[in-house]
Formats: sequence, C-alpha cells, structure tokens
Amino acid sequence: MSDHSSLRTPSQRIAWTATIIVSTLVFIFLIAPILAIMPLSFSSSSYLTYPLPGLSLRWYDDFINSPRWMNSLKNSMIIGVASTLLSMVLGTTAALGLAQWKSRFKPLVLAFVLSPVVVPGVITAVGLYFFFAPIGLTGSYLGLILAHTALATPFVVITVGATLQSFDTNLARAAASLGASPLQAFRRVILPLILPGLASGALFAFATSFDEVVIVLFMAGPEQRTLPREMFSGIRENISPTITAAAVILTTVSVILLATLEALRRRNERLKGGGG
Amino acid sequence: MTNALPTGATASTEVPLKRRLRRAERTRQVKALALVLPLLLFLLFTFAGPIAGMLWRSVEDWEVRQVLPQTIAALASWDGKDLPDEKAYAALASDILAARAAGTIAIAAKRLNYALNGFRTILTSTARNLKALPEPGTAKDTLGKINPAWRERATWTTIKDAGGPITGFYLLAALDLTRNADGAIVAAPPDQAIYRDIFLRTLLISLGVTALCLIFGFPVAYLLATLPPGKSNLLMIFVLLPFWTSLLVRTCAWIVLLQSKGVVNDSLLWLGFIDTPLRLIYNRFGVCVAMTHVLLPFMILPLYSSMKAISPAYMRAAASLGAPPLTAFLRIYLPQTLPGIGAGSLLVFILALGYYITPALVGGAADQMISYFIALYTTETANWGLASALGAVLLLATVLLALVYGKLVQSQQVTGGMKN
Repeated sequence: MSDHSSLRTPSQRIAWTATIIVSTLVFIFLIAPILAIMPLSFSSSSYLTYPLPGLSLRWYDDFINSPRWMNSLKNSMIIGVASTLLSMVLGTTAALGLAQWKSRFKPLVLAFVLSPVVVPGVITAVGLYFFFAPIGLTGSYLGLILAHTALATPFVVITVGATLQSFDTNLARAAASLGASPLQAFRRVILPLILPGLASGALFAFATSFDEVVIVLFMAGPEQRTLPREMFSGIRENISPTITAAAVILTTVSVILLATLEALRRRNERLKGGGG
Repeated sequence: MTNALPTGATASTEVPLKRRLRRAERTRQVKALALVLPLLLFLLFTFAGPIAGMLWRSVEDWEVRQVLPQTIAALASWDGKDLPDEKAYAALASDILAARAAGTIAIAAKRLNYALNGFRTILTSTARNLKALPEPGTAKDTLGKINPAWRERATWTTIKDAGGPITGFYLLAALDLTRNADGAIVAAPPDQAIYRDIFLRTLLISLGVTALCLIFGFPVAYLLATLPPGKSNLLMIFVLLPFWTSLLVRTCAWIVLLQSKGVVNDSLLWLGFIDTPLRLIYNRFGVCVAMTHVLLPFMILPLYSSMKAISPAYMRAAASLGAPPLTAFLRIYLPQTLPGIGAGSLLVFILALGYYITPALVGGAADQMISYFIALYTTETANWGLASALGAVLLLATVLLALVYGKLVQSQQVTGGMKN
C-alpha cells in the first residue's frame, strides 16, 4: 500500500522528501489565509495586521448592532433555506425518475440538468436579469430563491443519484411483494435508506445558495442583499474589521456544514461496512 | 389493444405475458419521465429560457426599427450605391417628428451611435432643429441643411444596417470586427477593437492559473493518494476546508494578507527583507494568487481520485523488471494519471474562464476578465446587445470545453470499469 515506507534508493527518498515539502507549502498556502483572517476579527484596533494590540469583541458587537449586516444574514438564511427546500423536492424527484428512466436521451437530459454548475455565473445572472426584470422578479425574494434553486438542484441530483445507485432495488420489490403501496414503500423503506444522501444533497444546496454572490449582485434590491453581497460591497469600499467578523461567521457556517457532511459520509461507510 | 389480447392468447401463453411486461415497463418509463419533468420545466424557466433570451439579444436589433419604422421601410428598396431618394428623407423627417413627440429619439440615437460614433449628435440635432414636416419634395434639402451628415451615404447605410430585425453587429463587435459601407466584414477601428485583447487576457490568466494549480496540485494529490488512509483523510481537511469556505471570505483574506499595509508586507518589512511595501495586490499577481487558491481543490480532487485508482503493483512490477524509479514514474505512473490531469485541468480552466468576483476585487483595471465586461455592459452602460454577444462567445467556449470534459470523464469511467 504505502510504498514510501519501503523506499530503497536515495533518489526515491529525495523525491519523496520533495513531495512532502512542496505539499506542506501548498497546505500552508491553502489554509493560512483562512486562519490568518480569524484572529484579526478579535483585534481591538481597526488596523488589520499583526501583532494584535489587544483582544476585543467590538467588531462582533458592530456586526450584531448593524441593521445592514444582520439583515443580510437574515436574507442569506431565508434564501438559503427556501432554495434548499425547493431544490430538494425538484432534485430528489428528478433523481428518482432518472434512476428508473432508460433512454438514449438520458445522457443529454442529465447534461442539461447539470449544466447550471458549468455555465459561468455571469451568463446565468445576465440571462436572469433580462428575463426576470420584465415580470417583476428582480429585486424580489422569489426571484433569488428561484435562481438559487436552479444553481443548487444539480448538486442534489448528483448526491441523491449516487445514493440511489448504491441502493438495492430488491428492497423496494420486497416491500411491494409484501403488500406495501408505492408510497408506503417509499416512505418506510426507500426514504430511511437514502436519507443520508438527501442530507448531503441539502447541505450542498444550502452551501451553494449561501455562497452565491454573482446572481445576487445583478438581481437583489437593497432589501434582499445577502451576506456575501454585503461583504462584496464592504471589500470594494474599504475593508473594515467588521468584514473579518462577518468572514469568521461565514466560515463557521462552512465548517459546520463540512463537519456534518463528513459525519454523514462516515456513518454511510460504517453502514455499508456493516451490511457487507 | 382489445383485439390483440385474444389472438395473443390463442397463439401462445407467453406472448401476453411478454406484452404485459412490456406494457408495465412502458408505464414505469412514463412514470420515471413524469418525475424528471418538473425539474426540466423549472430549469427551462429559470435557466435555459433566460440564457436563450440572452443569446437572442445578441442578434436582436429592434431600436431603430421601432423608432424609425417608415425610414426602415423606405430604405428597404434602396440599393445603397448612391444617396437614397426623396421618399426616404420624407419618411425620416416624419419618423423623427413622431419620435420627438414620443420621446424615443434617444433609444435610436444610442443604438446608431454604437455603429457610427457621433450619430447621437446627428440625430438629436436634427430632432431639435426640424420645426415641422418639410413641404413635399424639399425633405432632402431641409435635412441636409440641418445636418450635412444626411448628405453622406455612410449615415444612411448605418440606419439601414441597424434596421433589424436581426443583426450580426454585436457578435462581430465582440470579435473586433465590423461591416464597412459596402457590407464586407473588416477589422473594427482600433479604438473599438478591445475585445480580442480581453479574450486573450482571459485565456492567459485561465491558462496560467490552470498551470499553477497543476504544478502545486500534483504533489499534493500524489501525497494524499500514497499515504495510508488515516493520515490522508486528516490532511484532506486542508483541501476541503478552503473548498467549503466562502469565496468572499477567501478573497477578503487575500486582500488583508497582501495589501500594502497587510500582513505579508508588514512581516517582510519587520524582518528587514524589504524597505518599501511590495505591490502584491490589485495587479495580475494578486489575481493569479487568489484564483489559484480558490481553484486548487478542483485540481487536487480529480487528480487524487485518478491516482487512488492506480494499483501500486504496477510500480512494483516496473521496479522488479529493472526500471529505475524515475523511468517507472514517467512511463508507468504518469501516463495513468493523464486522464486525471486532463479532467482536473479542464475543470479548473472552465471555471477560471468565467471568473468575475475574484478579479473584480483583487485585480487592477488591466486584469479584468471577460465576465467583468459582460457585467459592466449589462448594469452600467446598458449596452445589452454587446453584453449578450460577449456572453454568447464565453458560453460557446465553455460549452465546447465542457463537452470535451464530459467525454474525458466518460472514457475514464469506461476504462475504470474494464479494469475492475
């Protein structure tokens, strides 16, 4: 397995050491900016550099007492939760259908369903801006929720689809043969088994909406500004330490999402291991 | 259906069963399709429709047609060789008076000004100075006196070309091309020919970032694929945490680190390596650093999964057959990672092409990529035709590359399946 423990020649050892050194530097490169910004949010000075003159929570206080920031956090939550729910309904039904559908058009349909991930954000945003403005959907929560749902649903289709692929269809047949109606079979047999996949899909969907900023830039009125949108203007104007507090809050949400996802993955692997 | 049953029953007992199974299967397929349909309709409304609308805008030409309808009709029979006849002048005078009353002159003026610089003045001055409908037969003289531009053929060709309903004007402009007075496609005047440079810049930044991601991502993916699972899972956090952290947070972090009074410059000053702060951000360097940071996980993850699939037995076999480590790596290991390299590079490149937020925040004026201009023309100058045309070019490039990516990943899955 790990052939680095049995490296024989000096040149192999050198190559392995070089790999470790380069990788360490890359790991530092990847993680350092995120770690560096966090302590600054606890600084007592408005000067964004080290060493910190003292610790304080004044920037968090600023964040909490700013109607602008709190409103943006609320908007991010509303839009994130609503588009997650909508994309779960649309994505799960579509994944269930796609798992059973046999057609030579299937790759084409799948490519279409997944295309919102690939198309550059600006193109989707400009298209939506032109399309939604005449029907009054710009500057509205509904417009943003619909747009974010379109971006988030592919992730639901992928994760739920992957779960269904490993799902043993004999279980559904067994349920049917024992007299369960299709709805009963879904609720009592299929759903509990694919629930971790659904949860992962929901997390991906929420993260997609929570992090999205290009569409919000084009479509949101002042009332619907989300947290990333508020950060965007904050960075543009002048980086105040309040932004670093917002960044820490956003990162905390990301870490919670990532940890939940990892826990789900582990649970799934354990279940698979136990089953086999 | 009803008459098929008896014949089937008399022929053999197997046929109706087959038929029933087939019918059941068909019902299942219809049900399956019905489950997919809501999402398809939803995406049609929130994604495909809007993008199709944008593509339509890149060729649509309605402004002049709507504001100067009689002129366009009168010019339909004009051969474009000489000045148009009196009828066209009279139509224009009548259109201008109507448009002035309706307040729509500016709409046509804006569109015509894209095609011919200064047309806005021609049209608005004419609208201001034209007191009333000229006497029959005097329209040509009246308009010519108000603005001599009406005595030039190019003025009229511009109107005729902008008459719609569809035009190649914006798409040509997006490629630094234009039509001359004779209708031939020629290079656009240098002051308008900026888009090829912008596309080239977008391409270069994307290529550079892809190369950086590959150079830095390869050793990391190799390390993660080679270490025992316990260690590699732990190290994977270093890749996944940035991957999940908000783009805005990461961009903000780089600004805090790299700005002239930022963490990096302060540390270097303190350590005595430099005397004056380095310019690390709001330039190409800052854009490349921040974009590489954002896109690196998209390189590492596909590389990692392709390396994970390579059995260590191959390398051992190469070694046992006497291949030196470097030869074994170059001839046995590396070729097997090529699909992963291809998939990762294409993914990073596709994502980089459409980047907007990061260059907009950490780049200078000369580092803005094509998405920035699409956004600029949409929201600031409202030149929607050009914004859509630039979008169409970007979309075409993305879709073509995505198709290649799809083929690559598919073939990888096929060969992977055969190996198992």
